[in-house]
Amino acid sequence: MTINVSRRGFLKASAAGTTALLVGINAKGVLAAGSTAAAATDLNPFVKIDADGTVTVIIKHFEMGQGTTTGLTTLVAEELDADWDAVRTDFAPADVDRYKNLFFGAQGTGGSTSIANSFMQYREAGAAARDLLVRAAADSWGVDTATITVESGVIKSGSKSGHFGEFVAAASTMEAIEKPAVKTPDQFKLIGSDKLHRKDNTGKTNGTAMFAMDVNLPGMIYAAIMRSPKFGGTVVSFDDSAAKDVGGFIAAQVLPNKAGVVAFGKNTWAAFQARDALSVEWDFSAAETRSTDAMVADHLALLDAPQFDANHEVPLASVAPILADAAKTINAQFTFPFLAHAPLEPENCTIEPVGDGVRVHDGCQFPTLTRPMVAATLGLDPAKVEIRTLYAGGSFGRRANAASDYNVEAAMAFAVSGRKVPVKLVWSREDDIKGGYYRPMSAHRAKIGLDADGKIVGWDHRLATKSIAKGGPFDGMVQNGIDPTSVEGVAESLYTLPNMGIGLSDFTTAVPINWWRSVGHTHTGFVMESLMDMVATETGQDPIEMRLAMLDPAGANQARMIEAIKLVREISGWEKGDKRGFAAHFSFSTCVAVVADVTVEDTSVHVNKLFMAVECGVAVNPDVIRAQMEGGAGYALSAIFRNEVTLTDGEVDQYNFPDYELLRNPEMPEIEVAIVSSNNAPTGVGEPGVPPTGPAVANAIFAKTGKRIMDLPMTKAGFDFV
Amino acid sequence: MQYQLKINGETRTVDAEPGTPLLWILRDELQLTGTKFGCGVAYCGACTVHVDGYPTRSCQTFVEDAVDSEITTIEGATDKVAQAVLEAWREKDVVQCGWCQSGQIMSAIGLLTENPKPTDEDIKDYMNGNACRCVTYVRINEAIKLASQKLEA
Repeated sequence: MTINVSRRGFLKASAAGTTALLVGINAKGVLAAGSTAAAATDLNPFVKIDADGTVTVIIKHFEMGQGTTTGLTTLVAEELDADWDAVRTDFAPADVDRYKNLFFGAQGTGGSTSIANSFMQYREAGAAARDLLVRAAADSWGVDTATITVESGVIKSGSKSGHFGEFVAAASTMEAIEKPAVKTPDQFKLIGSDKLHRKDNTGKTNGTAMFAMDVNLPGMIYAAIMRSPKFGGTVVSFDDSAAKDVGGFIAAQVLPNKAGVVAFGKNTWAAFQARDALSVEWDFSAAETRSTDAMVADHLALLDAPQFDANHEVPLASVAPILADAAKTINAQFTFPFLAHAPLEPENCTIEPVGDGVRVHDGCQFPTLTRPMVAATLGLDPAKVEIRTLYAGGSFGRRANAASDYNVEAAMAFAVSGRKVPVKLVWSREDDIKGGYYRPMSAHRAKIGLDADGKIVGWDHRLATKSIAKGGPFDGMVQNGIDPTSVEGVAESLYTLPNMGIGLSDFTTAVPINWWRSVGHTHTGFVMESLMDMVATETGQDPIEMRLAMLDPAGANQARMIEAIKLVREISGWEKGDKRGFAAHFSFSTCVAVVADVTVEDTSVHVNKLFMAVECGVAVNPDVIRAQMEGGAGYALSAIFRNEVTLTDGEVDQYNFPDYELLRNPEMPEIEVAIVSSNNAPTGVGEPGVPPTGPAVANAIFAKTGKRIMDLPMTKAGFDFV
Repeated sequence: MQYQLKINGETRTVDAEPGTPLLWILRDELQLTGTKFGCGVAYCGACTVHVDGYPTRSCQTFVEDAVDSEITTIEGATDKVAQAVLEAWREKDVVQCGWCQSGQIMSAIGLLTENPKPTDEDIKDYMNGNACRCVTYVRINEAIKLASQKLEA
């Protein structure tokens, strides 16, 4: 058998000369036990227990702050009855067979799926490990397993007791149960507990947590890349004579794909300085050269002639006669800008030569993409590419990139450097803001028909945006020409909306785009919940009562949404005629309802308070869920208030945080989050807080001013935010 | 050029080009990687260290201007105020991605050293220069209040 580099290194690093118990998925794909003492185990574990009793949970997802290390650890520790404070974590190596996201079939993190896809898998691993230890203890003591209890890492039977480590050697020779019984919710001690602290909160407060940019290797050189100022441009020639005056400059070379020129330096600063000193001549013949105004106009023109019917049950053409007969129609048009993710740790990646392969040091969100892309760039067998996943200083989707753009750049830089020494590629903030892979621009146009009683009778909804999934490794998501991430949130709305036709057009541009925290819902949630508010205003209905009446409680998700809406109504003390804003949105299988309280003085807006209620199934870590709602809301505020990436003749106008301003401490509203008590399977929390926050604020501004905001960011409507 | 820097109570000698920001000396030359790079233009605060006790943006502090100063980084933040802040940060589970938090913590230590009992407005004003992309501000402010209480006790 082939033992890949990553597994061998991983187990060696963790063995420390003594036997440890491993529980994970074996080559047959079933739960199994093994030992680090075995010469050639085919196991990559979810949990490892050392002879000293230390429990290590192997985290198959990456950690960008969303709390997954804490979440997956909770699942194992719960079933294992481990001592929470004694459990540590390690990130998994690249191994799609053992560590795939069960919803994707690929090893990767995204779509707010980490807890949802791992919920049973990690619990069963913990339960199997517990069962092995209990049986080993029963054998050792000559007692029946039924007499044994386990609590906080201590196994007891009558007067006998011992910690996990004492039974590791014996347990690791036993057969694991493939489908162990797991606890019922009433037996949970850790799942749902508010008392667990995050597993990463010590390292991230004392400077010891290792992020990819913190990697420092002997002989390492640093790289920065001069990219085309217009997306899609290529290098014709370059002059590095000025770079030669930069202390610490090593060399400059054209990247093999001609997308840029890489400057190498003895440290990050030298690489940046040398890169900035390069003079490059570009070929813009295939580049995007439009300005934002022209691109907006092109989106709007696409709305006139939709390319696809995204609701094949109700073709757009069938809606027109219904609207023609409607007693009243509501017409609205919305536009949204490109947005940068701007993770606070700028993109970076280190490629290290190891034997006849390489090690990739990265806050790696999608090993199943990065590994083959780096391998192909370097002409290596993917098995020769090891991925070392480190903490990621934010992502918000940026690092889940179909092109693995910055990993491939690092590999190209490593290739042209001669492949002898480790190469660390670092992006500056300017590289990040100007570097593309944005949330795509989009435009929506809706015409809603109402009958004489104010009931919706028909809905013509059109949108134009660039497809994220088409033409890349995610192309399989596209069905009948429709990229679901373009229309999600408008299509398959939870509301009962008769005769709703949806027209979609794909916008094309060389500007690279990517998923941005909550993806299509970033714009569809804003549009749908603004439109619902417009219908409520037009028909004189309470916005909450109207929505509740449009949710059929017979639908499972509708019933969950009703619970979330009622909970936010309760905690906010919402009353008829309320001058606050309301919005609710279903995304990533989670329901979030928001009430926003704002003050508007002249044109200055301050968001005073947000009330949020979330239905996300079993709340594994309630405090992490609250943190994700707080963060998701804040992330949305920054975007809707003032963030936009604009272009002039194809070149990005913004350069850094002074003109791409993140939300600041004094701007953050007070926030109250309530979680619907639920025994449903857990659903996502990283993204669903984003979509309803913007429209709740917009609806609140409307309630206070009568001004409906339809072109984002809100600064375009003349508002400023304080 | 060779420079002698006093960092976390130790004298360190580094070879660097004049004009190199202290940030990159700390990170690339001295492996004190707890201090983070966020923007390079003193606008996000991720690179905040203390220079002679005051929170300072290391991305805009040239190495030659730091030679006669006492520099403290997150790795050397161990005094009484720092301990209270670190404990409070952990009790409130402030961190998400964590990249900005060293800078947030160094600013919070600066605030509580100057003003042990800050009001909500004092906190928001003082912390305005430290951006958090994960938006952990609610908890940052709660942790500063908690640290203040710990110092009073």
